[in-house]
Amino acid sequence: MIEQQDIGNGELSDFRKGVVDWIKHNTPADPGFLLPQTFMEVGSEQVLSFLREWQHKVWSAGYLGMAWPKEYGGGGMPRIFQQIADEEMKKARVPICFNVIGLGWAGPLIIDTGTDFEKETYLKGILSGEDIWCQGFSEPNHGSDLGSIQTRAERDDNEYIINGSKIWTTMGNYAKYMILLARTDSQAERRYNGLSFFLAPMGAKGITTSPIQKLTGDYGFTETFFDDVRIPASCLMGEEGHGWRIAMQTLQYERGAEAGAAGGVAILSTVMNDLLRIAKDVQRDGEPLMQDPVTRDNLVKFLIEEQALYLAENRVKIPALCADYPNSVALSTKLRGTEFFRRMRQYALTLQGASSALYVGDEDAVEGGFWQRAYMNNFSTTIGGGTSQIQANIIGEHVLGLPKD
Amino acid sequence: MTRTANLSIEFSDEQAMILASAKDFCRDKSDINAVRALLKSDTGFNSDVWNEMIALGWTGLCLPEQHGGSEMDIGATIPLVESMGRHLLSTPFISSTIAAQAIMRGGSEEQQAKWLPALAEGAIGTMALLDNEDWGATDTSCLLSTEGNNFALQGKKLLVNDAAVADFFVVLTKYQDSIALVIVEATQLAKNAISNRTLVDETKRAANVDFTGVTIESAAILAEGAEILPDVRLIGALLIAAEATGCAAAALDTVVDYLTTRKQFGRLIGSYQSLKHPTVEILIQMDSARTLIYHAATLIGDGKLSEDTEIACRMAKAQAAEALSFAGDRAVQFHGGMGFTYDCDAMLYIRRAQWSQHQYGDPQHHRKLLACLLLD
Repeated sequence: MIEQQDIGNGELSDFRKGVVDWIKHNTPADPGFLLPQTFMEVGSEQVLSFLREWQHKVWSAGYLGMAWPKEYGGGGMPRIFQQIADEEMKKARVPICFNVIGLGWAGPLIIDTGTDFEKETYLKGILSGEDIWCQGFSEPNHGSDLGSIQTRAERDDNEYIINGSKIWTTMGNYAKYMILLARTDSQAERRYNGLSFFLAPMGAKGITTSPIQKLTGDYGFTETFFDDVRIPASCLMGEEGHGWRIAMQTLQYERGAEAGAAGGVAILSTVMNDLLRIAKDVQRDGEPLMQDPVTRDNLVKFLIEEQALYLAENRVKIPALCADYPNSVALSTKLRGTEFFRRMRQYALTLQGASSALYVGDEDAVEGGFWQRAYMNNFSTTIGGGTSQIQANIIGEHVLGLPKD
Repeated sequence: MTRTANLSIEFSDEQAMILASAKDFCRDKSDINAVRALLKSDTGFNSDVWNEMIALGWTGLCLPEQHGGSEMDIGATIPLVESMGRHLLSTPFISSTIAAQAIMRGGSEEQQAKWLPALAEGAIGTMALLDNEDWGATDTSCLLSTEGNNFALQGKKLLVNDAAVADFFVVLTKYQDSIALVIVEATQLAKNAISNRTLVDETKRAANVDFTGVTIESAAILAEGAEILPDVRLIGALLIAAEATGCAAAALDTVVDYLTTRKQFGRLIGSYQSLKHPTVEILIQMDSARTLIYHAATLIGDGKLSEDTEIACRMAKAQAAEALSFAGDRAVQFHGGMGFTYDCDAMLYIRRAQWSQHQYGDPQHHRKLLACLLLD
């Protein structure tokens, strides 16, 4: 493999030019329906086939999985090329590469720890978009508390028999494979030790999915039921009882703490610049809204908050400026970020005046109802992965040393 | 706003060393008993501590080497001032630093040679800017007029920080139709020209100063006073922001101390989410202010302030003042009945919050000006 330091700047800027040019000629036209901002919003066959086609196109052009091994459908190139491609795709706001559980979680895990058989079987389908992956960690009634997982996997000769249910399975009804965390030993001394990690086929007999309708009216998640489902024992990843450790490693890829993701745009985020765009031509009380002092004050408050949020990422790189409460910024990033976006998107609706009453599907809705939907979808981030209230407890207890409830 | 936000924060090893020694110094010299002991004193500060700060070279830190300084830029004082805020250590440092910046940026070579070495050695200067309660005023009723070969001043300035101990004042006046900054020495003032005010923050000192009847030579008019005044105001705002940020962290420490020791209904009160979550909010607001002051400190430099720097200073001041107001307010409330007493240290923070808020413009003032920079 070529070493990163051997690549000349000229080669990189030529490459970047090529990406920009490709994007210009290949970004799909407006499909006439609202595209998802995240992979958790793939709620219809129409959206699915559009995104599948797009991901396949990106991969075929050589701009996805660029740093994955060549023999498994990747590009075998230094990571810097994928970073450049991602930067340009993000900048151009092209559609997302939707197979995120495969591209960002299962794929890197298989590359780093999987057997040759697993690499051979799974990687190429992840990149091409042919094989959609989902994740089976959370269970009904247990939220994000993975230690309490009840779904059982019992060994029976060359098979495991799975019984139980999972919830918040993104694209559960479309997926071909699931990364599944299940309990293989209910007697284990520490409850984390009894878990095992599987690469499970969603087509197995006895698996049923039931789509969950979100508050937006859309779909995207399922509840997934396992009723005496038999899967080959070869679906076990690593060793029995090592599931917790493997799941934690998977989360490292998700958080970007460990490199390995295939690339592509995973999330289209909204920033204050997007909000200011919609406020520009709006009238209030017979005058342009942007001249109203209260609105201006509110907008600047958001801009200050956004600036502090983004700057914090740079401040944490300087230990001397984080000495007083060492984990403060890192542990509060989720709370601050998700709550900021919730309030900012909510405010975006108030800026629309009477038009804020319109919703996705109405031809007069501002930007197709994007903000209405984005505001409500944002709750997946202030609730999922530990609610804001739990985050505040964690910060209070782990950063400030306040007592537990 | 289509501009791309500047997101740089840098902090050299040298600055980290300054921060570490400033933290130690302020903690050692200004525990809460020392702070309280000074509340009713005339000057509001301990001159031994002030002399030690001078001996450490802090007063010359960002002055040119040729005038006895260490030639760092004004951003280097941010860790010092933040640490002072953290321990409520009041001295004329902030007043003098702003006055020094006015002379360094707006003074002729002669004016710099006259004042900067003195400032490095601990002479106390202060800005006399306000005619009334309005930090955003663009005009002044303090007038300068020709008197033979000299100039005469007429008018009063309000709430001049550290006026009673100042060796000189940098006064905002108007000559004909133009704004001018002039230097007036304390010895030139009429008897009773300084009238001390009773401040909400008892760690601070300020007075109204009547400059009427003072005569100055043309050499006392800053060469480029009008040009550098906006930058000096922004530097003032940034220093107050740094002090307020440190103070917000101190208020947070006080709250956390109480929440982890005080029991009610059989539980430590910090276990109640109604107290825990707003305390986390204090941390988050303080952290944002901290991020913004060091961003501004990174950008500021010695030259004319860029638009990015202006944005950074105004954001820092707006955020720090809000953070401290919230922290001081909650600190009182969370101490319950104790918080309502003079003996509770929360008193110090809520009063400082009140004082800091309007120094060099309140949050709404800065947001109003930011709106013009960011929205139009």
